[in-house]
Amino acid sequence: MNDVITAKNVKLSYGDYEALHGISLDFHENELTALIGPSGCGKSTFLRCINRMNDDIENIKITGEILFEGKDIYSPKTDLVELRKEVGMVFQQPTPFPFSVYNNVAYGLKLAGIKDKELIDQRVKESLKQAAIWKETKDNLDRNAQAFSGGQQQRICIARALAVKPKVVLLDEPTSALDPISSSEIEETLMELKQHFTFIMVTHNLQQAGRISDQTAFLMNGNLIEAGKTEEMFIAPQKQITSDYLNGRFG
Amino acid sequence: MVNAKNRDKIATWIIYFFVGIVVLILVGILGNILITGLPHLSWHFLSSEASSYQAGGGVRDQLFNSLYLLVLTAIISLPIALGAAIYLAEYAKDNWITGLLRTTIEILSSLPSIVVGLFGYLLFVVQFGFGFSIISGAVALTFFNLPILTSNIEQAIKGIPQAQREAGLALGLSNWKTIRGIVLPAALPGILTGLILSAGRIFGEAAALIYTAGQSGSTIDYSNWNPFSSTSFLNVMRPAETLAVHIWKVNTEGIISDAAIVSAATSALLVLVVIIFNLGARYLGNKLYRKLTAAK
Repeated sequence: MNDVITAKNVKLSYGDYEALHGISLDFHENELTALIGPSGCGKSTFLRCINRMNDDIENIKITGEILFEGKDIYSPKTDLVELRKEVGMVFQQPTPFPFSVYNNVAYGLKLAGIKDKELIDQRVKESLKQAAIWKETKDNLDRNAQAFSGGQQQRICIARALAVKPKVVLLDEPTSALDPISSSEIEETLMELKQHFTFIMVTHNLQQAGRISDQTAFLMNGNLIEAGKTEEMFIAPQKQITSDYLNGRFG
Repeated sequence: MVNAKNRDKIATWIIYFFVGIVVLILVGILGNILITGLPHLSWHFLSSEASSYQAGGGVRDQLFNSLYLLVLTAIISLPIALGAAIYLAEYAKDNWITGLLRTTIEILSSLPSIVVGLFGYLLFVVQFGFGFSIISGAVALTFFNLPILTSNIEQAIKGIPQAQREAGLALGLSNWKTIRGIVLPAALPGILTGLILSAGRIFGEAAALIYTAGQSGSTIDYSNWNPFSSTSFLNVMRPAETLAVHIWKVNTEGIISDAAIVSAATSALLVLVVIIFNLGARYLGNKLYRKLTAAK
């Protein structure tokens, strides 16, 4: 199996406080990996290391290696714009920009220097279709994206992330701010999409992780406790503490 | 024994009562100004020069001066306030220097306008030798306006959720591009509201202008478009009396017999222009916002 991203002994500290104590984990191509664990365990922090979203925090120190297609993303040679084009991100709260649907989805493309109007039109349409929001937006491409419902906004954000054809999409609790119906619709969309993209998703919803992920990683207190195929881990976790967490004894 | 339900009723009525007082005062003042002033507003009043001795003068020059000063002040203060607000909202670290800066801005914003006027008089009129002039007035008004405009814009920018900035960064935008491309357009309605509020203050300001822009008009030629000519209406070095200063002047040292009528009509005009300006700016702002945010 092809590893798109490999994290090797990733440690992260704010000043004197170490939040991640050396995490090593491989992410396989066209799979969805779920990062689970109790609140404050470092799963979001770890996720944000993968597209370097933690860079601007004061007094932060990140050591270890994160390899994206064999190249260390923390090397000084890394172009952040290029990296974030390859590694997109969708957040917990839908974050459409205060522009039209069209301009939201086209934003990344224009940023990437694409000027060909037809190509942009085509990519916008394709991405909205991939995110399963085309039907609701095709007649309203000029409408402000923030005027749509929460679930629709989140799909527009997914479309925006997909438009630049990333290899990896990071999802930070993408459905926790949505109602159950919108959530399950987004889950279905992700199931479809993972044939073409690699997803890394932080979630608090264990059922969701069980339903849609191929690999699950359980983090606690900044440590990776265990990781493996989702079915195996949910049926027969190797460690007692993982079993306790999956069975809802804490967290 | 007063039970919870009755207490709730009493509290509600007390709140209604106080709101009623506020509404009554506002309606009373506005109504009084408009009712006493509007009947005397006429095309003649708007289009003729103020008279020094006889009744029947107008406020043509004062109206123009007020608008001109407002525009000049906005042109000078908006970029400065915008820059300062962006710095405070997006870049400033939370340390004592920023704290000091904020406190200074707060203190400045509560500075009495007469003090700003005297300061402007000493510095611009006397020291820099600008004399009583539109430019002295505009700079003094900028001083008067900057603190409030800055904190209004800062609030507007800070009101944009952090998630929006993160989403921008996650798309590969630089910090500045995120601010310019996403945060500022999103904050535009708030920024505009801040600008309108401060424009109302500028338009009605008298004390800061008495000692800077002066209380007398010079002969103005509206067909002279050369801003360097001393008779041009665009000349910024000429003294200029505004509507608010005019009201003050006819009531204190005016010797015209219709001073009461002139000041009532001028007041109504002042209020009217502020209202028109408010509505107009809101309309333009909405249009601009839609253009910035939802056009293909």
